[in-house]
Parts: sequence; structure tokens; C-alpha cells
Amino acid sequence: MPHRLSRPGRRIDPARALHFTFDGAPHRGFAGDTLASALLGAGRILMGRSFKYHRPRGPVTAGQDEPNALVGLGQGGRFEPNQRATATPLFEGLTAISQNRWPSLEHDVGSVNARLSRFLPAGFYYKTFLWPASFWKKVYEPVIRASAGLGRPPEGPDADRYEHLHTHCDLAIVGGGIAGLAAALEAGRAGRRVLLMEQDTIWGGRTVTDGAIDGTTIDGLDPAAWVARAVDDLSAMDSVTLRSGLMGAGVYDHGYLTAHERVADDRPGADAPRHRLWKIRAGHIVTATGGLERPLAFAGNDLPGVMLASAVRDYVCDYAVTPGRRVVIVTTNDDAYRTALALLDAGVEVPAVIDARSQVTGALPTRVRDRGVEIVTGSGLRAEGTGRVERVLVCDVTGDGTPTRRIACDAVAMSGGWSPVPHLWSHCGGKLTWNDERGFFAPDPDRPPVGADGTGMVSAIGTAAGHMDAAACLGQADTPVTQPVERLPRPTWIMPERAGPALRSKMFLDYQNDVKVSDIQLAAQEGFVSVEHAKRYTTLGMATDQGKLSNINGLAVLSDAVGRPIPDVGTTTFRPPYVPISMGSIAGEARGEIFQPLRRTPLHDWHEANGATWEPVGHWRRPYCYTRDGEDIRAAVSREIRNVRENVGLLDASTLGKIVVKGPDAGRFMDLLYTNMMSTLAVGRCRYGLMCSENGFLMDDGVVARLSEDTFLCHTTTGGADRIHAHMEEWLQTEWWDLKVHTANVTEQWAQIAVVGPRARDVLDRLGGMDLSRDAMPFMTWSDGTLADLPVRVFRISFSGELSYEVAVPANLGRALWDRLLEAGADMGVMPYGTEALHVLRAEKGFIMIGDETDGTVIPQDLGLHWAISKKKDDFIGKRGQQRSHMTDPDRWKLVGLETLDGGVLPDGAYAALDDRNANGQRKTEGRVTSTYYSPTLKRGIAMGLILNGPDRMGETVTFPGTDGKVHTARIVDPVFYDKQGARQDV
Amino acid sequence: MLILDCPYCGVRCDETELTPGGEAHLTRHGPGSDDADFERYLFQRRNPRGVHLERWRHAYGCGKWFHAARHTVTMQVFGTYPAQTTEPPADIVERIRASDPDWTFGDDT
Amino acid sequence: MRRYSAFAIAREALRHHTGWERAWKSAAPKSRYDVVIVGAGGHGLATAYWLGRNHGITNVAVIEKGWLGGGNTGRNTTIIRSNYLQDPSAALYEKSRSLYETMSQDLNYNVMFSPRGVLMLAQTEHEKRGYLRTAHANALQGITTRFIGPAEVKKICPIMNIDGPRYPVLGGLWQERAGTARHDAVAWGYARACSDMGMDIVEQCEVTGVTRDGARVTGLSTTRGDIACDKLGIVVAGHSGRLAEMAGFRLPVESVPLQALVSEPIKPCMDIVVMANTVHGYMSQSDKGEMVIGGGTDGYNAYTQRGSFQHIEETVRALVETFPMISRLKMLRQWGGIVDMTGDRSPILSRTPVENCFINCGWGTGGFKATPGSGWAFAELMATGASPLTAAFGMERFREGRFIDESVAAGVAH
Repeated sequence: MPHRLSRPGRRIDPARALHFTFDGAPHRGFAGDTLASALLGAGRILMGRSFKYHRPRGPVTAGQDEPNALVGLGQGGRFEPNQRATATPLFEGLTAISQNRWPSLEHDVGSVNARLSRFLPAGFYYKTFLWPASFWKKVYEPVIRASAGLGRPPEGPDADRYEHLHTHCDLAIVGGGIAGLAAALEAGRAGRRVLLMEQDTIWGGRTVTDGAIDGTTIDGLDPAAWVARAVDDLSAMDSVTLRSGLMGAGVYDHGYLTAHERVADDRPGADAPRHRLWKIRAGHIVTATGGLERPLAFAGNDLPGVMLASAVRDYVCDYAVTPGRRVVIVTTNDDAYRTALALLDAGVEVPAVIDARSQVTGALPTRVRDRGVEIVTGSGLRAEGTGRVERVLVCDVTGDGTPTRRIACDAVAMSGGWSPVPHLWSHCGGKLTWNDERGFFAPDPDRPPVGADGTGMVSAIGTAAGHMDAAACLGQADTPVTQPVERLPRPTWIMPERAGPALRSKMFLDYQNDVKVSDIQLAAQEGFVSVEHAKRYTTLGMATDQGKLSNINGLAVLSDAVGRPIPDVGTTTFRPPYVPISMGSIAGEARGEIFQPLRRTPLHDWHEANGATWEPVGHWRRPYCYTRDGEDIRAAVSREIRNVRENVGLLDASTLGKIVVKGPDAGRFMDLLYTNMMSTLAVGRCRYGLMCSENGFLMDDGVVARLSEDTFLCHTTTGGADRIHAHMEEWLQTEWWDLKVHTANVTEQWAQIAVVGPRARDVLDRLGGMDLSRDAMPFMTWSDGTLADLPVRVFRISFSGELSYEVAVPANLGRALWDRLLEAGADMGVMPYGTEALHVLRAEKGFIMIGDETDGTVIPQDLGLHWAISKKKDDFIGKRGQQRSHMTDPDRWKLVGLETLDGGVLPDGAYAALDDRNANGQRKTEGRVTSTYYSPTLKRGIAMGLILNGPDRMGETVTFPGTDGKVHTARIVDPVFYDKQGARQDV
Repeated sequence: MLILDCPYCGVRCDETELTPGGEAHLTRHGPGSDDADFERYLFQRRNPRGVHLERWRHAYGCGKWFHAARHTVTMQVFGTYPAQTTEPPADIVERIRASDPDWTFGDDT
Repeated sequence: MRRYSAFAIAREALRHHTGWERAWKSAAPKSRYDVVIVGAGGHGLATAYWLGRNHGITNVAVIEKGWLGGGNTGRNTTIIRSNYLQDPSAALYEKSRSLYETMSQDLNYNVMFSPRGVLMLAQTEHEKRGYLRTAHANALQGITTRFIGPAEVKKICPIMNIDGPRYPVLGGLWQERAGTARHDAVAWGYARACSDMGMDIVEQCEVTGVTRDGARVTGLSTTRGDIACDKLGIVVAGHSGRLAEMAGFRLPVESVPLQALVSEPIKPCMDIVVMANTVHGYMSQSDKGEMVIGGGTDGYNAYTQRGSFQHIEETVRALVETFPMISRLKMLRQWGGIVDMTGDRSPILSRTPVENCFINCGWGTGGFKATPGSGWAFAELMATGASPLTAAFGMERFREGRFIDESVAAGVAH
């Protein structure tokens, strides 16, 4: 039985008891415990159920690589599934629940899968559930989905917050074991900016625990003292940053490193971010990430009570808990003997060490043998028991598994040897090399991932580089180290090596996904011989530990099955993150209101306070309409439109892009940018212009004002300013760099208010300061001046067909102008209008809207805008594109007005359909609706559309099937529905 | 997450400061060009698995367009240079050839 | 070929599964074939399959430089839908979607096509209007989709936050018969069926040159010897530019990284696929329980099968905003693929300037869903010289300015 030992543990403080619950039952642990160590201390070994067969599982590790002991942690907005109990620090009030079981962890209905496991081999689901076809979605899949998955989903919005931290350093060292500490000391002494991070909460890595068993000394100090001194020395260095609890997560191109810090996981509700994501730019990255111990593939190796040998000694030495009272050790190497010594020192019985090697003569085994423990050489074993280990059956490691002895025990400590952790080295393409003697892949220093300068950007040191002794890990020849010499391991991939199918189907490689030796062999037999195929077919290495325990063993089994050496089989690709990191930390602070920056016009707050219904447009919000008491949106829009037509309305047009183009060659440049001839525009005049892409498609439109001989002001669509400004700069800098022109995006420097309607001039006249009469300021002119003592630039332009002035003021005066306009026009009924009224007003006039009449495939010729395309110019952006055969095809869809026969409103987005079908069986179409509205002015539906040869078909009718089954018939008409002569805007 | 040195303002740019602009040194074919030339200019791309000369804009910095010589597999950057040129500078060509002796700068037109 | 069934599994279980054959035979290349397909991804294998099934051409080799299905077939987020706007796309993707419906039975291989429904969210007025347009187009194309309002969105996807302060959900385009499938199984199932028809699937065989007799293709040089063929089909996605160069023509294609990620597995909480294009992210839950997440492409050319972190960050941020509960899930793994993007972001299924050499590429971020239909149509094009499904996808369209632009509706990602 697992229990707490009456001896000190390096990490725990027995004076500080902590209370927690597991599946509702109260338990007690100590400060410094993990959830797993506390549960072991409380006598519990069963902590989870496997993914596929729902087999009962205990912890197999004491760290982040744990595949079995996953729990749901916390409650409500702080619930989180799939937390590793072995890496979850215990805190007061922790609540944990077990996963993937029903109704309880002990009695799980899903465990029937284990009994059926013979019928559920690797890939079984590809071979069955085929009939009837409809059953996959309706019957089989729901059952499989419910049985799969691990923890239950989080419950709703996350109650915690997260943050990002950006930093730079010369050297980022990942791993605070002795290798990382030594490297940091050396670099720190050389004055380099060093960031040293350690995922654990304490420094020194394995050397402290293991060195204490060994009696290792470094520089004359015991390892703990050496580590403490190193940390002190580093802390005193200004150029060195030390962080424990910070895990190197992913390496990206050019020295970019992400690291994940668990800031307040053990303090729910604290006023702190739960996690912090570090985004690090490092001149060089050093991985000192140590190694991972490999399990052994023997039958019954997944029974609760079977653990990695290193985990057993960590539990004993660090947490003062043991997984059992009688612990058998099974190993291929000397390292596991440290576990025997730790257990013996703690008073736990070690009935035998089963060693695969035929000769066992190392210093550590000798110490174990000297303490009276039998070492059974050349042997392997299998484990048996119901719900947990009860005995092992020893056998010849090279044989077929015939038992030679039976040893009763309640735990097994296994060691298949150690592998370097190559993840961060590999993320950006660092290559590995196979070490046949020790049976692992290690970074190949000759083939590192390269950085921007083409040289290696990552180095591996210490155990992560394949060094398995302290002296080599330190990398400093002049530091004296005493430690026992270890003999070579005997790589042993399945145990025993000639096991038959019955045993092989009980040897687990990937614990969580229940991938067994027999599954890999089946995959190979069926031709899934590429390592990626075998992985995907069996799901080996695809569990939440991402193959940390299973990869090498699985590869070796595959290599054996396909008869190719392990290095030829190769590894699967290591991908970030090293250990899963929270989505919350990746998203960071940017959520809710600050998900994306919100651009605000100077009038934003007024809109907000005055009933605006917002519409997101680019990164702006614009008022869609302003509803009044008792009004719905539709009524508000109608009111706003009628008020503009009959009275006067105000529109916040500040979001329209404003770009200044200035310089001696500004005219030439404008002629290249726009389809129109802009160089001939007179100072003081305005002209509506079109801009196309090099492909010829219409991309933006707006009014251009010539401010002076060498200066143009270009208005763009809302949301188009940045794009168009970038477009201008691109051409200016990369194609026509000989032109003497500057551009500046002044969109946010100005507030712009459209004053629109028959009484617009009346309102403006009341502000005083400018002569805005028809003679003084004709249509399509602009003028600087003052209104209500505010410096303004007034444009006499119209997007509604009404008398209209757009008044620009410096942004900080926008609100003042708005307020004065409202005051001045109060008795005339001035009121603001929103984007929907704007759209209807322009549609009544047949004005096109970028994004409605255009969609990136429409050329100006389609829209009847020939008049705006200069024929005199040799070149403009898009001219050559418009000369291609498809663009000059006379049979194109072209802009017309559409008038329903019944006065109704055409459905938005409808297509004009013909009766016959094309070669693919689709109804042929001859056009589509681009804009459709109810016109409160005309009291009927109006629409614009692109219709095949539309302008030549005036008066014909076309039919638009709706998605509701109703067919609408409309007559092709002129797109100008209101005031065809344009008299109203020119008064 | 690339780093490129802006040849104008001298800033060592993080990729997040930059916007990519595709293949560099394309020769524009405007009105009067034949269909094949126009198609090549507008659409056909080298897309090399190797050294690529490409355009970037220091969009969240000085705003300037520049060119970079970058390897599309190793991500090595051989250098950056102003966009107002029709061919890569000699020192960058030399650095590229040091890693790929067969590399030549080809103009498609 | 031994047929797969529950009965076969039961029979094999009694003898420890020792009787299963190889799913597909590993072949060494012969010196000559009627047709050689380069690229044993889903599209290449599907092409071979339909050459055999529909056109009786079985002297076919599919050659692959790495492992079968190891490119974008095995790296995508498995979304299958056909709610495209433009007629040529809609025809091709709907053909494909309908072939997915029966693929498991056709191939005797469970590809786990799950028509769970795909919802494309509208979060701006502009996007909403784009989807209304698509719904009208789809109705005429014979594709069942409809625009649904926010309340129905919430009903079919309860974990979604439809009242987000920044981009409230205005509705969405819902295609009920769209869904997902198991990507690897599609490649494996086709490989098994092709192998069963006597075709050769040659892995670990890299093309080093294309041989021509004047303007006509005559064969290939490969790392496993020369192979002659009457017709050559190039179906190599991100590597198309390289193959085209060997054959002597250039493509309007650029290769860029596209990234994806999965969370740790959890119990079922999302029964549909959601694509949120305003904020750039899409998500579904795999049968294993992982949330499968994708976003936009990186903007620069690369062949690394990895990308830059800021794109992962942007995608996750978008989806945390849309599905707040995923904030407390963990990212298990991120990866990248190399996608080939054309000038109009639609694919090329085309003859080439080289006679008897055909190309199928440019699927960009959306090729998986097209796998069976692309194979069907490309096989028809290769066998007969024309297919109504490929007619609009010729590479000459760029010269003519005749784009198939799907982004026009609402900046739709694939």
C-alpha cells in the first residue's frame, strides 16, 4: 500500500498540513506536496482511467510527463480538466475529481472495453462501423465520442486573467539543473544577459536527490550545497535573470522562445494573473532540459503500483511517500539501484532487483547487493494483480516469458534507461543522432537548427545532450566531481524479448491511449511501416504526454517489427509546446472589450450616449442608426432618411479615410493611382475618383480635392484608409521611386461631419463665418474658412443627392462643431443619421458602394463608370489588367436598377436565375442583387444589381428565387431612382 | 518568428512589425505588354525551395519597403537591402553563393 | 483484398490478429505505366482510384517522395463543406462532399465522415450580407444551406458566446450536411483500394526530373529509377512549383505555411464545426475529444512545415473570444503544413503547356474537403481530356483575367 513515511522529505513541510478533496472525499497533505504525492500519502494509488480501455491507472511518474494521473481541478469558472496530479502543487482547499469514468473511479462501466480489448486492436474503427452508412453519425460516433475524451469540459467564461511578458536576452538557458546553472554561471561571469529558467519550483534537477544517494561531491560540496551556492552567485549577477516555475515551451525561428509560467495556479482567486506567457528573443538558446526515464514494456506494466524508478525515489526522498511496502525493482541499467538504496534507507522492503543484464558489477548495484538485496540477472518479469500490482513473475529476459519465480510485492519500480529531452532542440529542425550503446536519440551538434545568420541558434548541454554523468553535465573540466561510475545499460525494448502474443497484448507503450506492443506490431504487419503511419494508425505518442514515455520504446518495437535499424525508422516530429500550455495564456490580456483595439471618432461618446446601435466597420464602430423611445431599428432608419430628404441630417463621416498626396510629381502619381485624370483638377475643386488594383478590379473610391498645385487630399472608404495608404506607399517606394511625392494618412487628424438635406445651408449659415451660397461655393468645390469660430474645411459634395456639405475640423474640435450644429439646427429638426440611412440615401440615387456593388471581381466598366476612366492616359494601375480577354468580353454582368413588379423588397444577395442548367446541373444565372432596400422616400422596394448586359435590357424582367421558396420578379430600370436630373444637390 | 534588419531605419525588426510583400524584382508590364508577359508579372512566381528574394514593409516602424534574401527552408537571412534597386547588392550575392555556389540572380524579362 | 467488417475483426481476434494483410502493397516501380501520378496524398490517390473505377485505367503508379498521406492530407483540420459562392467551386466541392457520404462504403474503409454541420459565423453586416448571397447561390446550385439567426446559432452551439462585446454574432451560414472526416483514413482507404485494383503505390521515391519528347511528356527520372508513362499527373501541393519547373513551365503558385493546433481531449462539448472569419479562427471537436483549431496563413514563402507564433496567438485569441471556455483548455500540439496559393486562391486542375502532363494544385488552405471530387474530376480530365468539373479551373484563366474568387462573399477562409 502507498503510505507516508516517517522521515523527512526534501520538498515537504510536515508542520504545514493542507486540506483537499478528491472525488469529494476529504484528505490531508503537506505544504510542498503535489496532488499525487498527497494522494499516495493518503493511501490512494488509483488516480485515473485510461483513454481507450478505461483501465485503472495510478501515477507512473512524478512530473510533467505523467500520462495516467490526470484530474479535473477547481470549480465553476476555475474548473480545468486534465491536470497532471504529479505536477499540481497542493494548496489549501484544492478540489480534484477523477476523469473518464462513470459512475466512479473504482467502478467504471467503460472498463468493459478492457475486457473487449482483444476485439479493439489498433485501428479497429477503420475496419468496422461501416453499415448502415447513416449509423456512423447517428449511432456509432456519439457512443465513441462519449467514451473517448478525458476530462469534462470547462464550465464557462474563465474567471482568471492571463498576461504576456516580452523580454530579450543574449542567452536563454532552459533547465536549471547543474548543467544549466553551470552554463549560466559561465555566461553571467562573462557579462552576458542571461535568462535561466527552470520548470520545477526548485533548482538543481535530479542531481540533488540522486547525488545525496550517491554521496556525490561537486567542487568539494554536496550537490545541494553546490546548487545553493550557484543560485546565490547567479542571483548576485545583474545581467542574469533566474526564474523557477517557468517552462520553456516552444522554439520558433530566429531565436524566438516561448515559456509558460504558472503564477497563481495554487492561489485561486488571488489578485494575479493565473499564467504568464513569456515571449523571449534570445541571441542563443541553450537547452539543459535533462532526460526522461523510459518505462519497460512488460506484461502488466500499466497496473497501479508500477512506476518509473526515478519517480519512486522522488516520492520517497522528496515527498516521504512510498507507492508500496514491498517494491520490486526491474531495470536495464545502474540508475535504478539508486531507487533501491532510497527505499532501503526509508525502511521499505526491496525483495529483489530484476536486471536484464547478465553481468551486474557496477558500484551502485554492489552497494545494493551489500545490503542483502538479491539481484536477479539476465531476467525480466511480468506484473499481475487485480486493480493493482500484487506479484511479479520473473523470467529469462531473452526467453518467451516462462516464469522462473514468483515474488509477492505491492509496487514495481522500473527503469528502461534514460533519454535526453530533445524537444526544444528539434522544434526548429535540429537533427538527432542515435546512440546505439545507450539506446537513445540525442541532439546532433553538427546539425543544429539555424538562426537568421545561418549558424546554430540552439545548443544542447548536459543530459539533454546525452551526457549521463555530472562531470560531463557541468562541462567544466576544472571542477572536481566525485560520483560512482555507472556501467552501460542493456537497451531492452520488450521484456521478455521472445514474448508471445498473449503477453505482448498486455505490454503497454502509450499508457493513456492504451497502445500496446501488439498494436505496433499489428500496424507494421498491415504495412504502416513509416513511423508517422504507425503513430497515426495506433495513436502512439498522441496522448497528452505527447509520447514522452512511449516514443523510444514504440520506435524500437516498430524497428524490430519492420526489420530496420532504429535510426532508419526515425522519429516523429517534435512540436511545441513541450508540455501543454493554457489557451488562456496564449490569448493573454486581449479579451472582451480589449480583444481588438477599438478606433473611436471624436464623436464616439456622443453616439454612445444618444441611442446609437453600433455596427462594426473595420476597427471602427459606426452608428447604424439612433433609436428613440418606442422606436424599432427600421422605424429609426426611415425617420432618419425622411429627415435628410425633407429637412437636414448630420452624419459622422470622420471614419472616411483622408490621405494627403504632396510633391512636385503629385499630379503624375495621382494619374497613375486613379483611373481618372487627376492632374487636370483645378485647385479648389473636387472630383470623384476610382482606384483599381493592378488586376483591374475596382478597390476603392472617394472624392479627391486639390488643395494646392502640388497637394491632393484623397478621401477613401471607411476602413480603407490604411489599406489605400499602404497601396500608395507600395507603388511609390517599389515601382515609381523616382517620383517626388510624399503621402500622409491624416484620417485621425480630422473630424468630418456631413450636413445633408434641403436645409443644410440654413443650419451652416447660422454658425456664421463663411459664404456657402451656390455662387460662392458651387457643387464639387471646397473652401477653408471658419464656422462658429472654428477653423474648418468645407467640401461641397454629396453622397445622398441632397444639398450637402462635409465639414472637416481638427479632430479635437469635432465635438464642438457637432454640438453647435445640433444647437443651430434644433428648431429645424436637425438630427443625426447612421450608416443604414446613408446606404439607402445613396441607393435611391444609384450611387455605388464599395463592398456592395463591388466584391473584388467587378471592374468600373461593369458599373457604368466609363466616364471616370480616362482614355487619355497611357497608364494607370489596373489599365493593363482591364485589357484582358475576360474583362473586355462584351457579355458581362453590368449595373442596373431593379424594381419589383409588386413594389416589394428584393431579398439581399439574391441571384437572377434562368430555367435551364449548366453542365454541372446548377441553375444558370444572369445576374445578382447588389443592394436592396425599402425606400421610405419612394415608399417601395428599390435595388441595384449586376445583370448580364443589363443596360441593354431596360424594361425586361428577371426572376430572383428567394431562399424561402418565393420567386421575385423585377424589371430592369435605370439605377437612379430619385431626382434623376440631380437637381437637389446643386441648389 | 523572423527577424529582419530594416535597411532604412536600422531597426532589427521582429516579424510582427513587418508585412510581407511577396517576390521582389518583378518587372512591371503595363499597357502595351503582351498577355504572356503580363501574366508572368502578375501571377507566375519562382516560389523557390531555397534562396528567395522577397519584399517586406516595415509597416509598424518607419513604413519603408525593403528587400530580403532569405532561404525558405533554413530561414537563413543573407541580408536586407533597399527596395529601390533592380538587383541584389554584390555583398549579399556573395553571402548567398557562400552557402549555394550555383545560385544566380535571374531576371525573367 | 480481404474485406473489413466487425465479423472479420472478431475472427482475427481469436488468432491474435495474425491474419491481417498489408493495407496496401509496397511496390517497386516498373519501367512503364499508362499513367503516373506524382504525389500520394489524398488528391493523388483519389485520382488514381477514379482512373480505375470510372475509366478502367489501372496500369497506374502513384509515386511519393516520403510517406503516403504525409503532406497536407495528414496536417489539416478535416473540414468538409461545399457552401461555396461561385458556381465552379460549388460544383466541385459539392461533388466531393457527396462522394464523402459514401466513401466508407465505397472503399470498405471507415473514413468516419461525420456530417455534423458547418457553421460560418457572420459578425459584421458585411459578412452577413455575403452569407445571404452565398445562401441564394447555393440554393440554385443544389446545395442545402441556410442563413440562421443568433438564437439558432446559440442553440446548435451552446458553448459559443454570441454577445461578445467586440463582434456580436449576427447569425451564420449553416450547412447541415457538411462536417469532418478522419484525414489519414482517407489516404489509407484510397491507397488500399488502388492497391487492390493492381496499381503500384511507390513510397520513398522522389522525382528528380521530367523527361519530354519535344512538347510531350514521356516519363520521369526518380531516385528509384526511370519510369516511362503516357500521361503524367502532378498532384504535389506545396511542391508543385518544383515539379512544374522540372517539366518546364511555371505556375501562378506560392507556398506558404498554414498552422493548426489541438487541445487536450475533453468529453464532447461541441457537435458542429464553426468558422469565424471576422476574427480569423475555426474550431471543431475530434472524435477523440480534442478541439481542432485552425487560422490564417503566414504571409511569406516557406517550406518548413512550421510557422510563426503570432499566428497561433491570433487564432487562439479569436477563439477564446468566441468560445470563452477554451481559455482553460491547454494547447497540446501545434504544427504547420505548406499550402500552395494561387492568384485567385482557387485551385488549378488543368492541362499544362506540356502535352499529356496535367496539374492539380493550388488548393491553398482548403484541399482536404475536395479530395474525392478533385480525384474524380482530375481523373476524368486525364482520361478523356475534359471534365465539366474542371473546365473553369484551367491555368489559362489568369491570363484571361477570369478569376474564381471565393473571398468575394465575406473574406472567407477555406
